[in-house]
Amino acid sequence: MISALHNYFVFLKRCGRVALIGDWRYYAWMGALTVVCLFGLNAYAKQLVNGLIITGMSDEVSWGVYIANFTFLVGVAAAAVMMVIPVYIYDNKELHDLVIFGELLAVAAIIMCLAFVTVDLGRPDRFWHLIPGIGQMNFPSSMLSWDVLVLNGYLILNVHICGYLLYSKYQNKSPAKWFYIPFVFLAIAWAVSIHTVTAFLYVGLGGRPFWNASIVGPRFLASAFTAGPAIIILALQIIRKFTTYTVTNKAILTLRSIVQVSMIINVFLLACEVFKEFYSGTTHSASAKYLFIGLHGHYALVPWIWTAITFNLIAMGILVLPVSRSLRWLDVACVLSIVGIWIEKGMGLVIPGFIPTPLGAIVDYAPTLNETLVCLGIWAFGLLCYTIFLRMSVPILQGRLSKLNEGLPEVQSNDSTGKSLI
Amino acid sequence: MNSSPSYTDKASDAAMSRRSFLRGCAAFGGVSALAASLAPLRELGDYTNTEQFLQKYYKELTPSDMTKVIARIEGEVERQYGIRPHVRDLKPMDGVEFVYALNLTRCIGCRKCVHACVKENNQSGSPEIQYIRVLKMPHGSMDVEKGNHNYDDKQVPEKGFFYMPIQCQQCKNPPCVKVCPVNATWQEKDGITVIDYDWCIGCRYCEAACPYWARRFNFTKPDIPKERLNPDMAYLGNRPRKQGVMEKCHFCIQRTRVGKYPACLEVCPVGARKFGNILDPESEISYILREKRVFIQLKEEMGTSPRFFYYFDK
Repeated sequence: MISALHNYFVFLKRCGRVALIGDWRYYAWMGALTVVCLFGLNAYAKQLVNGLIITGMSDEVSWGVYIANFTFLVGVAAAAVMMVIPVYIYDNKELHDLVIFGELLAVAAIIMCLAFVTVDLGRPDRFWHLIPGIGQMNFPSSMLSWDVLVLNGYLILNVHICGYLLYSKYQNKSPAKWFYIPFVFLAIAWAVSIHTVTAFLYVGLGGRPFWNASIVGPRFLASAFTAGPAIIILALQIIRKFTTYTVTNKAILTLRSIVQVSMIINVFLLACEVFKEFYSGTTHSASAKYLFIGLHGHYALVPWIWTAITFNLIAMGILVLPVSRSLRWLDVACVLSIVGIWIEKGMGLVIPGFIPTPLGAIVDYAPTLNETLVCLGIWAFGLLCYTIFLRMSVPILQGRLSKLNEGLPEVQSNDSTGKSLI
Repeated sequence: MNSSPSYTDKASDAAMSRRSFLRGCAAFGGVSALAASLAPLRELGDYTNTEQFLQKYYKELTPSDMTKVIARIEGEVERQYGIRPHVRDLKPMDGVEFVYALNLTRCIGCRKCVHACVKENNQSGSPEIQYIRVLKMPHGSMDVEKGNHNYDDKQVPEKGFFYMPIQCQQCKNPPCVKVCPVNATWQEKDGITVIDYDWCIGCRYCEAACPYWARRFNFTKPDIPKERLNPDMAYLGNRPRKQGVMEKCHFCIQRTRVGKYPACLEVCPVGARKFGNILDPESEISYILREKRVFIQLKEEMGTSPRFFYYFDK
């Protein structure tokens, strides 16, 4: 028992040390991210002292970019299953060795989600009121309490799966199936649940007709399964470029078909929503009008949503055409999808739900500089986490960091091929 | 792979010491940068303290806990405003369910209720927090989107308009209570939905859920002018709130639970506001709801079943 703990401790220590070495590009990248993180932390410290008044939020628009980013990132986290499903259900060989990068992305995304929720709280010092047992969790009534449970559950599941597989590989043992396969399948269902529950946060509010629509849940999933795999496509190419890890084009093209189908469904559901809002023309369409065409002289979100729609349509066009079998075009489509969906989930979903207010007032919202810095800080922190996860996992998966070479000097930043290893 | 380097030669020693020097510099720089970025926290001041941090949920406070908590709150208010307040933990009365009715024929839109409420309930002056919003509505419509929130007429009422004050509707099925993740807001036996200001985490989910836009958030430390402070306070009512928590109309709990009328009612110059116990068939409010032919629950289709009714004389 003691020696098992000791071995595990050595493993963690070596992983930690690996995260601290790399070539100059690694240091530059990590240094830059750290600087952005610190700017974000500084902005958050100011927010703690002065209150949320230094954000663009108000009693009229009481959630802003924090919750928008949170919503988007829950989708990114959920999308890890789009790699897990082909591997574990359809036995896809190409993706098999890559699925862990999707799961690690989910871990990083959930960490960012939790950070975004925390910075949105007026009293973060009272977070413990949410903890079942010592606090008061309003379960099952409040969808927010569901969200706290499913997000933390998903985090634990993915940390377990990744951690166990990596540690097994480190020890040169084949992982015991019973100790991870059931969790993989649980995580698949769980991934759908995190985004559905997050959608239900909005859908459950009868006083906000823009959100109180059953299409919000399906749209969340469709957009998540577009943006998430799109991010993974980009991440895999980055891994391929900066490490010696093998990522086949075939694997990337498998993800392409997922993004392709999801984007078509996403655009279709958007069309369904636009039709319903504009054809019926009830007073409940006020938010949709504000978003798409402007309302009573207020047009703040109109440029945003049309940018998003344009990006999504172009991305869909590229994705359905054979040109997207070339990685360059596929990358363009992925970037457009990610940006388009980020806008759609943020500026396009969270903000217009508040405008006009239930009493008909129209108050515009725009994030302040401080609020933006906090967001950038959290994104930088998430990227920092993901980079560290990759920095640790790649050498383990390649067998360069393993129990066999314990005691030898740590893996170096350059190997004989001259390729740098993050 | 780098294999078996010899640590004995001098060049390697020099490289090692240079590396550890650089590492030391990096660590020092990192720690200083971290400290600098956290520097604003020096001004946190009385954001919280151990006692406040560990304070239990309202419903779990024993009577002796409550005595201590009240003493703490009284001390804090006295230190900040120089006035010793009288804070009470008033419980709902048996056989009482409060209901409000507002006569839209009489209301002239003078907003005296808004300001009486601010004064009575120790609302922040800067930034301004008000529980009552008066809409100036064109005749013939109950669509709030046609209402003007910011009318600034020299004289009211203006012909062709009616005025609709909206505040917390004290719903029987309150969406705000349903969504609160920590049970910081709940409906009391007398129908008043209250907030434990010391338990609220400030997520503002209730604010998003309310179909009447009745809830307000303390985006910064509330600023109440000293000369305006109302020292007659209730724990679940008008005691000063902290930065980062929700508040809203509570039917002036500090008044109504000791048999007085809400401040907005008392100040109304035209008698448009009626309030009382619906469980008492002899009360004026029971009479109004029994006898008036037209009364409206705002956004009835929400299924919230408000305890706040609008009616017309003719």
